Amino acid sequence: MPADAVTTSLAARATPLLAAVALLAIFPFVGGKFYIDLMVTTMILAIFALSLELLVGRTGLVSFGHAAFFGIAAYATALLSPQASAPSLAWLLPAAVVISALAALGIGALSLRTRGIYFIMVTLAFAQMAYFVFHDMAFAGGSDGRYLYVKPVLALGPYTLLDLDRPLTFYYSTLAAMVAVYALLAMLGRSRFGHALAGIKANEQRMRAAGFSTYPYKLAAFVLAGALAGVAGFLYAVKDGFVNPEILAWHQSGTVLLMLILGGIGSLRGAVLGAFLFVVLKELFQSEAVFGSFAKHWQLPLGLTIIACVALMPNGVTGLPAQLRRSRVPVPHAG
Amino acid sequence: MPDDVLLTAADVTRRFGGLTAVDRVSLSLMRGEVHSVIGTNGAGKSTLVNILAGEIPASSGEVHLQGRDVTRWPQPRRARAGIGRSYQRTTIFPRSTVFENCRLAAQAHHQHAFDWWNPAVKCAESTRLAEQAIEHAGLSGQAGRVAGTLSHGQKRQLEIAMCLATAPQVLLLDEPLAGMGAEETERMLALLAALRPGHAILLVEHDMDAVFRIADRITVMVNGAVIASGAPAAIRSNEDVQTAYLGETHDEAGVNT
Amino acid sequence: MDFAVFLVQCLNALQYGLLLFLVASGLTLIFGILGVINLAHGSFYMIGAYLAYALAPWAAEQFGGGFFTAIAIGIVLSVVFGYLLEWGFVSYLYQREHLQQVLMTYGLILVFEELRSILVGDDVHGVAPPAWLAGSVQLGSVMTYPTYRLFMSGVCVLVALGLYLVISRTRIGMAIRAGASNREMVQSLGVDIRLLYRIVFAAGVALAVFAGMIAAPVSSVYPGMGNQVLIISFVVVVIGGIGSVRGALLASLLVGLVDTFGKVLIPQTAGILVYVLMAAILLWRPEGLFRAG
Repeated sequence: MPADAVTTSLAARATPLLAAVALLAIFPFVGGKFYIDLMVTTMILAIFALSLELLVGRTGLVSFGHAAFFGIAAYATALLSPQASAPSLAWLLPAAVVISALAALGIGALSLRTRGIYFIMVTLAFAQMAYFVFHDMAFAGGSDGRYLYVKPVLALGPYTLLDLDRPLTFYYSTLAAMVAVYALLAMLGRSRFGHALAGIKANEQRMRAAGFSTYPYKLAAFVLAGALAGVAGFLYAVKDGFVNPEILAWHQSGTVLLMLILGGIGSLRGAVLGAFLFVVLKELFQSEAVFGSFAKHWQLPLGLTIIACVALMPNGVTGLPAQLRRSRVPVPHAG
Repeated sequence: MPDDVLLTAADVTRRFGGLTAVDRVSLSLMRGEVHSVIGTNGAGKSTLVNILAGEIPASSGEVHLQGRDVTRWPQPRRARAGIGRSYQRTTIFPRSTVFENCRLAAQAHHQHAFDWWNPAVKCAESTRLAEQAIEHAGLSGQAGRVAGTLSHGQKRQLEIAMCLATAPQVLLLDEPLAGMGAEETERMLALLAALRPGHAILLVEHDMDAVFRIADRITVMVNGAVIASGAPAAIRSNEDVQTAYLGETHDEAGVNT
Repeated sequence: MDFAVFLVQCLNALQYGLLLFLVASGLTLIFGILGVINLAHGSFYMIGAYLAYALAPWAAEQFGGGFFTAIAIGIVLSVVFGYLLEWGFVSYLYQREHLQQVLMTYGLILVFEELRSILVGDDVHGVAPPAWLAGSVQLGSVMTYPTYRLFMSGVCVLVALGLYLVISRTRIGMAIRAGASNREMVQSLGVDIRLLYRIVFAAGVALAVFAGMIAAPVSSVYPGMGNQVLIISFVVVVIGGIGSVRGALLASLLVGLVDTFGKVLIPQTAGILVYVLMAAILLWRPEGLFRAG
């Protein structure tokens, strides 16, 4: 349920978003190559986080296996690309997305037969299964991974509209994809479908009592989330031209959940913000300039940060203002 | 089946392992009638409501809704077919407004799950149903209030309103008067009386005064089985009922008969 | 497959399944009683293995005996560690949402892994079993089987029996059985719930650490071992039903069988069969084979 009291006008809400997009749009002109690359990675992770936000934040389904759909799409992209010529964006992207959506359909149909803690464990297990499929089987290159030799293009006849091999084109394509996914999820959130999902998160039993068959709704959310993760996976494969099984490792699933908690569960901008914060933190902890030779143990400060964040700031950065407000003013109890 | 009989339970039984929670219970709910089910704690009343609503399956027996056999129907399907229920423990959505609560419940009849373009709040049909339900439940002035800030009695009214938002024909009400003071109880009884025409109401309650005031028929359950059923006057003078309740009262006072 | 090979594989399956049971029983008890999902449970297994590696030579120097002394010390250390960890960290997880528990214990995994990396390094190590267990046993006329693996299975069976006796015959066990289904009821019985939680958690940690220690000679000691065993333990708990020790035993043996015979009969599918098994159980009985309470 859009729980935030909608007291802010549309302009007030849209302005920071537009400003952020504008900043991202001019970034390539001010940042160096390293930072542009980092920003692209961050935006891809933001799309990944947004896809999980639909599941965790809106529907209340905590999945610890979301990396599976990211990885499956990435692998599909690499495996379906021809070795010597540029594949067309027009079919490669939809193919990757459809494949990860189908995987989500299968895994979701089984996983959603469970609830609560079982669901978390089952999604983790299925993701691990996907990891083993790509790690142990020869068709995908095993633990060595697989290369994407020629990056996709979007062509109309003889005219190349988009060549993803060019860094700037890829940057703006990724930005456009992130904005599109954000807009889609925002629209979804306001729709009847989105409201139903929010109701299921708040009290599934009450929704069933009113007449909503909740399993199809949850499955639809799961499949859509998988498809959107597939968009991120596609972009990931194209970016570096290389995929390996580690992108399906459960650490990936944990990382994307961490992004949500950092940014704040229950809001789209929290998901995006969480992705940015995570990248900043990771760069910081891995920086030898700051930590010297200890930088190779960057997972230690990261782990401590996760614990501290959940313990002290459970609503993330976007929830911080409300949290601070609540702790300063005692709330009178009504009813 | 006569037009007025909306819901029937025939020999409904429910076992949990070795325990028989509901033992061959039969009853029928008629339009325009408040049928109250009373009984001691653990008599199986809530389980019976859960079975009628479709939340748990019966071990044996049948449930019919307006002539259709709904015994195997899951709860959402029964709800869409006209059964509404309210819960003993309030199950409203506390962070949304009263209106939003009812609009969402009403959406069950206008789900349009594939229409992602149109905002939910612009759905005219669910808005209309929600406004009607709020009015029937007597919460007209509170539509914009956040549900979590309502008083206990108002929350129970909202619980009923959400039940009404799906325009049901059968209302299964599980202890709607729970935790209410005298004034709130009066309001709720008036609400139930106003709902009576057009609906078949099953009322599970512990408040005996309220039950005898509002009920047209009463069924008494003890240990999962029906021990008496009929008009309030007959129930009041029924010996088995008196033993069941008198025995309980004496035990509470610590004196054995 | 001839009979000798079949028997060997059965013994392997039994050994693997029983070892899994030690880890999974702790996990399922901790969730069933404390209501906490602890992702770091696999880390305890890893810690156990590294303890065996690190303690054995030191214990040999100090006390003469090697392997078993190390195990004894390890058990004591893990009980203390588990007790302190519950008091200082886990107790803050009660009443929190599952997502928060998952993330906090995930953070704990990262912390444990890096601490291990800092203290002991990332190398893979072997641990030698005690000399008198290092040989093979003659089974029948044609077959030999490593003595140590038989020893492992034997020890696990003893532990399982001990667990059964404690749970079914002692007062603590009664509290555990009651607590699995109804926390409030246990409290009203006058049991000090905090102490019970602490004991159960420490026992769970000790079981996992012990499993890691005795597994070290067979599986060797390597960084990723904790995570691997954790996820398989999850599969065991899902199949067996949360909170049910009986379910964990049955599921562990089932997983042991499927995994061992799967790897032998259809090597290409290797690690995947266990998950297929889980998927099949989910289709048939989503709450697991035995549901606690």
